[in-house]
Amino acid sequence: MRRLLWPLLLLALVIVYPLVLSTPFEQRLGALVLLYAIAASSWNIVGGYAGQVSVGHVVFFGCGAYAAMGAYAHFGLSPLVGLPAGIVLAVTIAAVIGVPTLRLSGHYFSMATIAVAELIRLVVTNTSYLGAAVGLSGPPVPRNVFDVSFISALPYYYLFLVILAITLLITWWMANSRMGFYLRAIKDSERAARSLGVPASRAKLHAYMLSAGLTSVAGALYAMMFGFVDPESGLGILISVKMLIMAALGGAGLLFGPLVGAAILVPLEELSNSLLGGQGAGLTFVVYGAIIVLIARFQPGGILTLANRLWEKRAKPRNVGASAAGASHAS
Amino acid sequence: MSFVLVQVIVGGLLLGAVYALFSSGLTLVWGMMNIVNFAHGDFVMLGMYVAFVVFTLFGVGPAAGAPIAMLLLATLGVVVYFALIRDIMKGPMLAQILGTFGLALLLRYSVFAWFGANFLTLPQDIVGGTLVFAGLRIEASRLLAGIVALLVTLGLHLLLTRTTLGSKMLAVAEDATAAQLMGIRPDSMQAIAWAIAAGATGLAGALIATFFYIVPTVGETLGIVAFVTVSLGGFGSVPGALIAGLLIGVIESLSGYLIGAVYQDIVVYALFVSFLWFRPQGLMGKM
Repeated sequence: MRRLLWPLLLLALVIVYPLVLSTPFEQRLGALVLLYAIAASSWNIVGGYAGQVSVGHVVFFGCGAYAAMGAYAHFGLSPLVGLPAGIVLAVTIAAVIGVPTLRLSGHYFSMATIAVAELIRLVVTNTSYLGAAVGLSGPPVPRNVFDVSFISALPYYYLFLVILAITLLITWWMANSRMGFYLRAIKDSERAARSLGVPASRAKLHAYMLSAGLTSVAGALYAMMFGFVDPESGLGILISVKMLIMAALGGAGLLFGPLVGAAILVPLEELSNSLLGGQGAGLTFVVYGAIIVLIARFQPGGILTLANRLWEKRAKPRNVGASAAGASHAS
Repeated sequence: MSFVLVQVIVGGLLLGAVYALFSSGLTLVWGMMNIVNFAHGDFVMLGMYVAFVVFTLFGVGPAAGAPIAMLLLATLGVVVYFALIRDIMKGPMLAQILGTFGLALLLRYSVFAWFGANFLTLPQDIVGGTLVFAGLRIEASRLLAGIVALLVTLGLHLLLTRTTLGSKMLAVAEDATAAQLMGIRPDSMQAIAWAIAAGATGLAGALIATFFYIVPTVGETLGIVAFVTVSLGGFGSVPGALIAGLLIGVIESLSGYLIGAVYQDIVVYALFVSFLWFRPQGLMGKM
């Protein structure tokens, strides 16, 4: 029962947050934290659990965003109709680029994902059907609730909360299934995993496709909330970077890592943007860069790994066996 | 072959020599320490801004800007090695990628916050006007950049293959522990490699600053160019980087001329992706 206490407390806190801190700024901030947590949690499946550091996940984000806006811009349909289309598109693209790209290891994989993402961004920027450099817009005035266009951030908050819960459930289920064990084995040593009979290529590809589908949902939600998508906001490399560092700051490969990372970095970014105005955008990424360098240098496991370690240390005298098992799991 | 085409190819070769120069820095640290510097293109960007600042402060061109940029960047390389690279080299893959990637963001947006996102340029005639050889019109700034880059890249190759220092560095690349037993300090050799690699980017940056647009995000494109060059030329090989750099310069110029400047980057990126996809074994050695 004690294991459930903290998650339940956290859940209660998250549910009442926008009712207690109810200014538009605070509600919007909460919604953005959840949105980025969805994206970073999706990245976490392939980047954290499987250890394949994708820096091109924005491609799948863009699939969702462009599909949602495209459904309205080209067919006058609700952006919600675009959501499943975006998922199908993202999973298909993941399957197509995953087969050759996942064969690459380490740095090469990261570089290939950057190049693919930039390639797609450049192509979209020059494609007039997708709005070229201007992008696509959603309904200017919501026709009905299915346009998912609200003035208040509150409905978005609870919508994102539900989707985040689903994303985390899927991740949790995957991590504890055979697939999760395969991925962890691949992360530790792909060669060793293969020699023990782990179908490494298939496991990585399936994780990549699952992660892509979930990321596209985040992209669609983003486009619905902001009402438009352009190459910078839907396919820019900085979106990939945000997913990556939120997960890494909180703890890559841990279920709640991306949420913790998003809860730290999104308020930081919003605050610096609102305090410094347009000039702040540059400084925000200076801070981002500094944080990434510091994590990489001093705490590659992220904040949750550090917290777990401190927790284990405290708990040690009482329950040596359990903490040893926990420590090996966390590492 | 039409006359314009020759002109385009010559222009591509001159630009390609500069690509080869900064890519040989990347290939050096890559081959020696098996670490990929995602901030490499941003080092070139810093070199460009150093040249720009030197010009605005003292009103002098690359004759002063290039050596200053080279020295400053070489110093930065050593600092980065001791402050960051030495530790993350032993860490997990995620830490290595995050470390240099974070560095890239830090550099790119520090410059962005300081200079803004505007395109800056140096005066066109800073090196001299346009020269005419047998009917070929070549800007003096491009000619200077190409020739200096070519000579320095060749010099780097000679340094690595013909001197004691080069042998020591290659020994560390081969087996750091064995090199240490022979009385070579891997730490110093790797720091020197970072100084050379970053110095080369500084020089290259200052050279292209005379005719390239100067903008904080230029490092991203140039970084990809360096990755393409290294993956094409084979990692750790300076002559490979030279040939690949020249080739990419020509391909880029030709595609810019034949199908439009907008598609120039697309061609380079597509080349890179297809090379990674279809010849990964050439990159990773034996697998």
